[in-house]
Amino acid sequence: MNARENGNSGPIENARLSLWQAAYIIARRDFQAVLFSKAFLFFLLGPIFFLGISGGAGMLGAKAAERSQDPTMAVALDASESAAFVAAHGQLEQLTRMPEIFVPATSGLSADAGTDAGTGAGSGAKMDPQALLEDADRNVAAVLTGSLAAPRLIGPDERIESWKGPVALIAATARGDTGSYPAVSLEPTASSVASKRSSNAAIATGSLTLLFLLTMLLAGMVLSNLVEEKGNKIIEVLAAAIPMDAVFLGKLFAMLAISFVGIAVWGGLGGAVLALGAGAIGPLPEPAVGWPVFCALFLVYFAMAYLLIGSIFLAIGSLAPTVRDVQTLSMPATILQLAVFFLATFAVNDIGSPIETLAVIFPLSSPYAMLGRAAQQAALWPHVLAIGYQVLATGILVKMGAALFRSRVMKSGPQGVKSGRKWWSRKPAA
Amino acid sequence: MDMALSERSGLGNADNHAPDITRLNTGGLNTGAPLAIEAIGLVKRFEGTTAVDGVDLAVPQGAIYGILGPNGAGKTTTLRMLLGIIDPDAGVRRVLGHDRPHDIARMIGYLPEERGLYPSMKAYEAIGFLGALRGLPLAEGKRRGRELLEKHDLGHAADRQIRQLSKGMAQTVQLLGTLVHQPRLVVLDEPFSGLDAINQGKLERMIRDLAADGTTVIFSTHVIAHAERLCEGVAIIAGGKVPYAGSVDEARDRIPAQVRLETQAHEGRWRDALPADARREGDFWMFSLPESGIEPLLRALIEGEAGILSLSIERAGLHDAFVHIAGEAAARALEEDKLAETVR
Repeated sequence: MNARENGNSGPIENARLSLWQAAYIIARRDFQAVLFSKAFLFFLLGPIFFLGISGGAGMLGAKAAERSQDPTMAVALDASESAAFVAAHGQLEQLTRMPEIFVPATSGLSADAGTDAGTGAGSGAKMDPQALLEDADRNVAAVLTGSLAAPRLIGPDERIESWKGPVALIAATARGDTGSYPAVSLEPTASSVASKRSSNAAIATGSLTLLFLLTMLLAGMVLSNLVEEKGNKIIEVLAAAIPMDAVFLGKLFAMLAISFVGIAVWGGLGGAVLALGAGAIGPLPEPAVGWPVFCALFLVYFAMAYLLIGSIFLAIGSLAPTVRDVQTLSMPATILQLAVFFLATFAVNDIGSPIETLAVIFPLSSPYAMLGRAAQQAALWPHVLAIGYQVLATGILVKMGAALFRSRVMKSGPQGVKSGRKWWSRKPAA
Repeated sequence: MDMALSERSGLGNADNHAPDITRLNTGGLNTGAPLAIEAIGLVKRFEGTTAVDGVDLAVPQGAIYGILGPNGAGKTTTLRMLLGIIDPDAGVRRVLGHDRPHDIARMIGYLPEERGLYPSMKAYEAIGFLGALRGLPLAEGKRRGRELLEKHDLGHAADRQIRQLSKGMAQTVQLLGTLVHQPRLVVLDEPFSGLDAINQGKLERMIRDLAADGTTVIFSTHVIAHAERLCEGVAIIAGGKVPYAGSVDEARDRIPAQVRLETQAHEGRWRDALPADARREGDFWMFSLPESGIEPLLRALIEGEAGILSLSIERAGLHDAFVHIAGEAAARALEEDKLAETVR
């Protein structure tokens, strides 16, 4: 064949593709191959399981948040009735578990929370129940107003419903008439500090679980993609034509793009479900930074988490000639990823603690920890700093991974399987 | 060759830092043509084993050049070093005048020994993708892919996935992908392996056409016949070393021509004129052509009344030359190992 007679153009000029041009060719191929494969359907179905797991984890997180600081009832009766209520609460708590209570300072009693708060007479000044519910220093779940004869409980629906009985019992005891329980009137509100904390903790735990599962799935996919490529013996064709760094980057970013397609599909479906069933579902709890910012941060932290762990997994893939070897070699990385996840999960329940600071600083756990923070704290400047830091760490890790990939990927291959020797003892055949 | 190359090779000239290219044996090939490949003292070690041990190569542009050697001799490792897939531990290489082969990736086509294509790609897409890796726009590569497939009677397979093709067809697709961007240098690692006789013939024609168009073609093989039919120059690799690099004719001339003589008489004075290596094979005497030529021997045979029935002079083939050269190298390597052991 006369190659130069084909096509209209003459011989190609003396040059090579730039690193990013070459990476784009690899990424485009991988992206299209995965997008039009059956595996992508499974990838799209994956989040159904993930959401179940993340939802469960979120509920556990909410429970953990509740346990870490018990929800409290603010007693805002007049001074004498407040004192009687506190005393009756003290008596009954000897017998059974009662809700935590505290008497706000303006009622004339001690500001300290709990049944041991004392029974001092108060001024009887009126207090704003909504202000009490939003008091960030107290984990106020409901406010008791009215009188002992006609108590009124204000707070989130679920909470006041569960505390209606104990309030009637305490009020009856306080009045010295245990034969007749007063009717407790309920005044539901949208939220309270306690419920907000609980829902924020649920969002934090659920979202970082989702983040973890997604990055695990993608890292596994990029790894098997590479091993399959080595099995197909295409890697040598690629290595001869373009820099191995480009292969590394192309594979890494192709899978990131795939995941964004997935997230767009899931986000679209989720949005449609929420839009159509808004009435039935009721108002969604909102993360501290608000949903739009939280979603944007989720995408950024997801990209960072994936690029960090993906580059580790790809570097491992370059060392391993077979799926079996990959499983063995990727085990430490999987354990590391699990450790990072547990660290971040632990940290989200204790914002501002040394362990949370550690989780924020350690590059691999930083995206998880910061996502947890976004769910629970409204300040945005730490995210700007963290993203800058993570971009730097990602750049370093990707470069290191690419260097290892470049130096190792053509030194391991299917020859090792044929010879029955492991990659670490193989001598590449000519 | 630049200063870095001269310094690293240790072959630099003090005045102009040029390397001593005369060390490279082009063996009667067109030394006037610029070199497509220059390699000096390439060494590659893998975990203590020296796979390639000081390989020198000089391949003129436009030549068809064969790298011959048994399996495990170091052919693939040498080609990988030349193409920049792996870096040599020592020595220098220049491909089309460049130290870094990746810098001129668009000018090179490479078919590795272990063929690899994406099984789910269609044939014309695979060709386009291989072209894109070498800088050809994807759409243009796909268009050329269809054209090339048509030209090679594979038009019906253009829209089939690679996994649906026979091994030979897939191999042809990959070869076309190697050529789609119209490279100036084509490197083929064991290109004939896995092909049937018809496709081997087609491939030989393709290689000749490429060379006729000015493309340099280098291929490795352990089947001597292909190299003998196609190549102007060969390098013989054995045990990681190159005991011979040069023209095919010169390689064949390493072995003296063989004389085949049939006589009427079995005994007589004429027997004394036969060379020392003469041996009887059936009705014939076989021996190497004497350095003095055939005329003095003929005279002695006639005068000695041998009664010549037939006499033929057969030039050694490349296969004989290969066995002769590779065998010598093996013997030399053994002696070197013995000597090293003695010294220790």
